Parts: sequence; C-alpha cells; structure tokens
Amino acid sequence: MSEERFDAIIVGAGIAGTVAAYLLAKEGLAVMLVERGNYAGSKNMTGGRIYSHSLEKIMPNFAEEAPLERKITREKISMMTEESNVTLDYYSGLLGVQSSDSYSVLRGVFDQWLQAKAEEAGAEIVAGIRIDDLIVRDGKVCGVIAGGEELEANLVILADGVNSLLAQKLGFMSELKPHHVAVGAKEVIELPAQVIEDRFNCRENEGTAWLFAGTPSAGRVGGGFIYTNKNSISLGVVSTLSDLVQGDKSVPQMVEDFKNHPAIAPLIKGGNLIEYSGHLVPEGGLKMIPKIVGNGVLVVGDAAGFCINLGYAVRGMDFAVASAECAAKAVIAAVKAQDYSEGFLKCYQSYLNESFVMKDLNHYQNFPHFLEETPRIFDGYPRMAADMMADLFVMNGQPPQPLMKKMFKHVNKIGILNVAKDAWKGVRSL
Amino acid sequence: MSTLNIDQKLGVDKFYVDEENAHIVLKQGDIDRKEFQKLMLACPAGLYKLDEKGGIHFDYAGCLECGTCRVLCGKTILEKWEFPVGTLGIEFRWG
Repeated sequence: MSEERFDAIIVGAGIAGTVAAYLLAKEGLAVMLVERGNYAGSKNMTGGRIYSHSLEKIMPNFAEEAPLERKITREKISMMTEESNVTLDYYSGLLGVQSSDSYSVLRGVFDQWLQAKAEEAGAEIVAGIRIDDLIVRDGKVCGVIAGGEELEANLVILADGVNSLLAQKLGFMSELKPHHVAVGAKEVIELPAQVIEDRFNCRENEGTAWLFAGTPSAGRVGGGFIYTNKNSISLGVVSTLSDLVQGDKSVPQMVEDFKNHPAIAPLIKGGNLIEYSGHLVPEGGLKMIPKIVGNGVLVVGDAAGFCINLGYAVRGMDFAVASAECAAKAVIAAVKAQDYSEGFLKCYQSYLNESFVMKDLNHYQNFPHFLEETPRIFDGYPRMAADMMADLFVMNGQPPQPLMKKMFKHVNKIGILNVAKDAWKGVRSL
Repeated sequence: MSTLNIDQKLGVDKFYVDEENAHIVLKQGDIDRKEFQKLMLACPAGLYKLDEKGGIHFDYAGCLECGTCRVLCGKTILEKWEFPVGTLGIEFRWG
C-alpha cells in the first residue's frame, strides 16, 4: 500500500541519522529511524566536543536546552614526553560566542535528547532492532531487512556509523583500511564540578579541550585528549591502526600510562571511573569517502567518512549534522518529484559541495597523509620541545651557553632542513 | 609502565551479553600469531590474550563494538565479525 509506505527509513540514531529524521519529519514526511541499541546514543562515543555552528542553524539556541556538558573557552595543546609536558594554553571569550561556540558532550546523554526532538517532530523511532541487510530490487534500494522481516520505503538513509557494514554490502565501499581509521579509547572519570573548575581553572559551566601529541599514543600517529564535562573528565587516546600495530604498546596500556603521567595524575586524583569506551574514528579525510548516493539510498555522517582530524581540532559531529541537512534537502526534493533515482539524488552531492562539508574536506585533503608520513610530530618534536624547555628552566650551576647555541643543539638532532621541510609541508596541507 | 587491570574497567560498563550467539568468532586451528599480536595491541578492551603457555584466548563478552579487529584481521584470523543483534552488547550510558 503506497500510502502506508515510509518515505524514508534511516538506519542508525547517531547525530547524522537523528538530525535527518528530525528534518524530514518536520517537513511532514513519513520517516522511521531504526537503532540497534536500546536508545539513541547507546552505541555512540565521542572524545569529545561538538562544534555548535551546524546544529545551531537547524535548531537555533539549542545549547540553552540540550544536555551539553561545558562550553569550551580554553584550548590547550601539549607535547608530552615521559617526564615532561609542554603546553600551549589559549583562553578566549571568542571561543564562546554563539555560532562559533563548542561544547564538551557525552553522547549517551546528548543523543537521547536529540532523539526526543526527532520524535516530537513526528519521526517514528524504533530502538533495539539491528538492520541486517537492505532490500535491493533492480539496482534500487527499496527498504530494510531485520530478523528476516522486510520493511519497504521509497528511500533509505545509511547513518550506521564509521563501520558501515550496510554500505559495504551495497558495494559502496570496501572494508575500512587500517591507515584510514584510528581507534579511540576513553575513560569517563567522575569528579565534583567544583573540583574540576579548580583544577582546570575554569568558570562554572565553562571548560577545557586539551589535545596531546607524543607519549599518549606511544610516540606514534595519534594522541591523547582530555575534555572537561560538568561532573566528569573524558580522558583517552586515539591511535591510527596501521601505525599502532607496528609498535609494542597496547591501546589499553596507552590509556593507563597517559592517566598516570605525572602531569595528568593530579588532575584526576580521587576521581571515579564511571565508563570505559572504545570506538573507531574515520580519519582518512577526502580519500576515504565512499560512494554516497545510489538509487534509493544516501550515506551520511561517519558512514560517509565525514570527519577531520587536524591535530589541534577534531571534527565529526558538525559534519554529521550538515551532511544530514544536505541529505534531508535531497530527500524532500525527491519525494516531491517522486524520483528516487541516483540521477536525481545526486543533488545531495551538490548540496554537500556547496556546504562546508566538502569545502573543508577538500581543503584539508592532504593533511591526513602529512601526519602519516611525518612521524616526527609524534616523537621527535615532543622530545625537542621538552629538551629546549629543560635547557631554559633547569638550573644546575653549569656554565652558561648562548641561547641560540643551546636551542640549535636540539633542532640539529632532527636536522634544520627536516624541521623546515615539515613546517613547510604541514602549513601547506592546512 | 603502570599496571593495568582492563577487566576491572570493563566491569564498570553495562553489557547485555548475547550468551547464545558470539558476534565475533576466531578461525579454528592454527592462528597466525603475527595477526593475533596486532589485535593484542589494538583491541581497546584487551580481549585478545595470550596465557603463560602461549595459548591464545578471546572472549567477545567485553566487546566495545568498535570494529578494530575487523579492520585489522577480518580477512585473516576472524571467521565472523558482525554487530550484536538488536538490544544486545555494550550500552554506553555516557559515551
């Protein structure tokens, strides 16, 4: 019965899937959002922080209402060695201005709020169902299959996350490649709000985002992170699979050692572990983006590889929101035209091209490769920074040396030409 | 290196384990040790283990469903990797 048929079935209630459901339902479309976990967010994890700009556009002032953790007004970047930590600390009110603000967030909490928004808008949400496969007829996706039962729809949106087995089944992408993904492991450590504010030097409801290069990822491609939540700290490491398997330290050990680093341990002292989580992060940028449009089907969010890690900033959720918005626009047009062909749905790609999603991915397309082929960022430079600081600040009665000579001694360990080359290539890839 | 008790950490998490159906299965017989070593390093839940005698052990029960083992060894030493059926597996309360 065509009247009872869903306009769209969306697989996966992460941010991309839920925002798409919200937008389509708001336009009066019959939309079903299917989630394999018991609630939206139950399988989702972030470092993490959400940049608000794209969701702000869709839900103005959402930050006043949503269960966000803290507004990030302090950015810290560190180079860490076993015995030291050299940090750049940036506090600015500019970080908190509406539309360029960002928030620490816990997805198990936040996604449920977003789900309620989609439900209010009229989306039908079914949790606890794993979609096993898609109905494909004459090269067109016509619905979903779960537990042997079929459910038809005019369109299916795949929002099933970084490890999109459904996009793989459709032949839109091959298996993920180890150099395109990183594994993230995180502890959520409970501490009283007042203690967090004292230790991280932040005001009520404000907080810190802090990224680390060096020993947290055992000197390999990746890094450590800390985000302050309201009543907890999110602390963890991210490590690129292809590189981590060349080493000898396990991911759980990386997290443990990072936590016990003398510069970190006092910050979480007395804290209570309330969750340990793990997830894959798509970090290949433009080069890992699969086919995202087919007959009757669109791919959004992490499933489409929409994520950027710039070392000093990691973005995925704002891309998820914007890609969902582009997909929703395409679906609304397709339903109006009653045309679900790949040719028509290509407008999704055009909307993405016009948005920051593809502009940013194009702009930063060489950066993931730069990180991969410049291992010095993760061991040599943290060491150099640490040794320079030691020469400046450690006083032991030794006769003085000219500052330039002292500093160049450390630069020369890497090689002045290597430093210049890395700086040139790094800046060019940004 | 500080001592690590990953099982204690996983003990804090909420799991609904599918007792009847393993969603990840290692291949039978001789397992390529080099491949297994990758998973010992990369699995964030530390589920791939060696005992003192060099025997290999894997338990899907503490799986965080990240997919790392599928990406690294899906075509070599894994017989099966799928997401747990609906409602089962890890449930992130914080995420």
